[in-house]
Amino acid sequence: MRFLLVEDNIQLSRAVVDRLALDGHVVDHAADLATAQAFIDVTTYDLILLDIMLPDGDGRDFLIAHRGNKDKTPVIVLTARSQISDRVSLLDLGADDYITKPFDFSELEARCRAVLRRQGGAANNVLTFAGVGFDSLAGSLRFDGQEVVLRNREHRLLEIFFANPGQIFSKSHLMDRLFSFSEDVSENAIEVYIGRLRKKLEGASARIETVRGLGYRLVEAQ
Amino acid sequence: MIRPFAQSSIRRRLAVQLSLIAAILSLAFYLIVRAVAGQAATDTQDNILAASATSIADALYAEQGGVVLELPYSALSMLGSISQDRVFYRVIVDGETLTGYADLPPPEPDFATYAYRGEPVRAVAVRRVISSGGQAVEATVIVAQTRLGLAAISSSISSTAAAVGIGFFLFATALGLLAAQSALAPLNRLAQSVKRRGPHDLRPVKAETPSEMLPLVAALNNFMARLKASLSQSEDFVAEAAHRVRTPLTIVRTQAEVALRRLEKPDDKKAVRAMIRAVDECSRSAGQLLDHAMVAFRTENLLTDKLDLGDLTSEVCSHLTPTAGLKDIIIRHDLPTTPQPFTGDPILLQSALRNILDNAIKYSPADSEISVSFGGDTAYEIAFSDQGRGFGCADASSLKKRYSRGINVGDVVGSGLGLTIAEAVARAHGGKIDIRENKEGIGACVLLILPR
Repeated sequence: MRFLLVEDNIQLSRAVVDRLALDGHVVDHAADLATAQAFIDVTTYDLILLDIMLPDGDGRDFLIAHRGNKDKTPVIVLTARSQISDRVSLLDLGADDYITKPFDFSELEARCRAVLRRQGGAANNVLTFAGVGFDSLAGSLRFDGQEVVLRNREHRLLEIFFANPGQIFSKSHLMDRLFSFSEDVSENAIEVYIGRLRKKLEGASARIETVRGLGYRLVEAQ
Repeated sequence: MIRPFAQSSIRRRLAVQLSLIAAILSLAFYLIVRAVAGQAATDTQDNILAASATSIADALYAEQGGVVLELPYSALSMLGSISQDRVFYRVIVDGETLTGYADLPPPEPDFATYAYRGEPVRAVAVRRVISSGGQAVEATVIVAQTRLGLAAISSSISSTAAAVGIGFFLFATALGLLAAQSALAPLNRLAQSVKRRGPHDLRPVKAETPSEMLPLVAALNNFMARLKASLSQSEDFVAEAAHRVRTPLTIVRTQAEVALRRLEKPDDKKAVRAMIRAVDECSRSAGQLLDHAMVAFRTENLLTDKLDLGDLTSEVCSHLTPTAGLKDIIIRHDLPTTPQPFTGDPILLQSALRNILDNAIKYSPADSEISVSFGGDTAYEIAFSDQGRGFGCADASSLKKRYSRGINVGDVVGSGLGLTIAEAVARAHGGKIDIRENKEGIGACVLLILPR
């Protein structure tokens, strides 16, 4: 996905850009509202991540102007302010969602997907490998004319494999991406989800292969 | 310094003081009237006694070397004109009793009151020198009268005076009460005008007040101005503090996530995971502490907006759906389609609902369900049932206390403020939080109960 991050804290921005890049997203960073507007004028984004306190104005004014321009690009506000008072007004002003700093990037992605789904997602979200179509927005698989709906974790797991077919992912890597940090799970928990995915891929020409001692990878079925 | 009446009402103090003054005045009136009336009666009796004695003395004359008295009838009859009292007289000529009661003692001085034959009498003595046979002879005429009639007169005057005094007292007391009431009316008006205000109305008081109350009103307005400034300052402070804490926490957390991807050794990964958990714990606690402070502040000044509980609940559910989705938890809400009108503070209620649901998500296992439903006939009962670990055997009421958590929380990050916040909000709206075991046997059911 292509993001525009509007955030004035340089260290924070750099970290967020790095983190989103790890999951294959492209992020442009604007440190103030003027720069953000300049970016929007020349580029189309899937999503805008907006901070509220910015050096040249209030993010809420930007929201109002953004909606006034009939721009449909969804906006998720990154709020660091007091918990309750602001949130309601943010949604009223036209934000699609908000997330409180500091945030879990899995949750940010989940919210992005939810917002994009609500907007009636674009067709370029379908990744195809070995004749299996994977809709990363809707969370479904298509092969042999049938559609298989994935649950949230299956969806996120498969997203990792479809982004880099053939690459081996270790259990611990998958675990980091699948489970929240507050959960204490063993690496074996991954096996449960791999098992479920294999079941859902039954009959398809792609499968998840175990590479002994190393992890798993998505390969074409022989 | 101890002020014994510092706490008692001004109205009562005014009324008591005014009626005390009235009582003193009434008593003085009564005593003065009685004294004056007594004196007047005595003077009258004295005058008549003197006149009677003088006329007797006038009737003495010398004859054949002796003194003779021809007692004039009028001298005694005039005494009968004021009352039916008994009259005594004695005429002493040259030391010898000529006529009358020989044991009637001469008064000292000439007008005196003393007891005679067991009764108090008023006596008067009149002296006259008569020349009898070329010799001057001194004659003393003593006339005395009992005082029964006089006592009757003075007691009747006294009782009239007492009646008038009591009447005056009652009348003055009633007037005093009215005066106290009307003197305090401006104070009551001021109190009403302050009381009628909404919770966030901190404008200066403009009620018309008497000049004596101007310092009070000025002080009140000054106080409200300071309160307003301090409130906005503390809101700004909370927002600023949150911002200052959250931004660096976000940097740490994000960098840690990036680092985690690059690390290979399990021990290193474990350390970074622990770091992220600590950041989460910190930000969660900060958030809930802020929530708690905000709730405490807002419940003191409860907003009363008209809102739809169904809409509010559904908003909260949909906002937390992505969070729940990360653990493959399904939030199943069975919400009524008809409006569920309620009057309250939407921000507080949302915070309560979010804290309950957030708790449920946190303590639910992956691949489970949380059901949110509406019920109750006499009150709204919004039930959140999960399939989590429940609250163990911890006492339900203790869970709602600040920083208290279930006994089986294990490793889940939490501050124990979630249910406290929800409980505070429910109470502020006249409701409560109820914690039950889930009907299906596993998990917990938290009910937010609000009056219909």
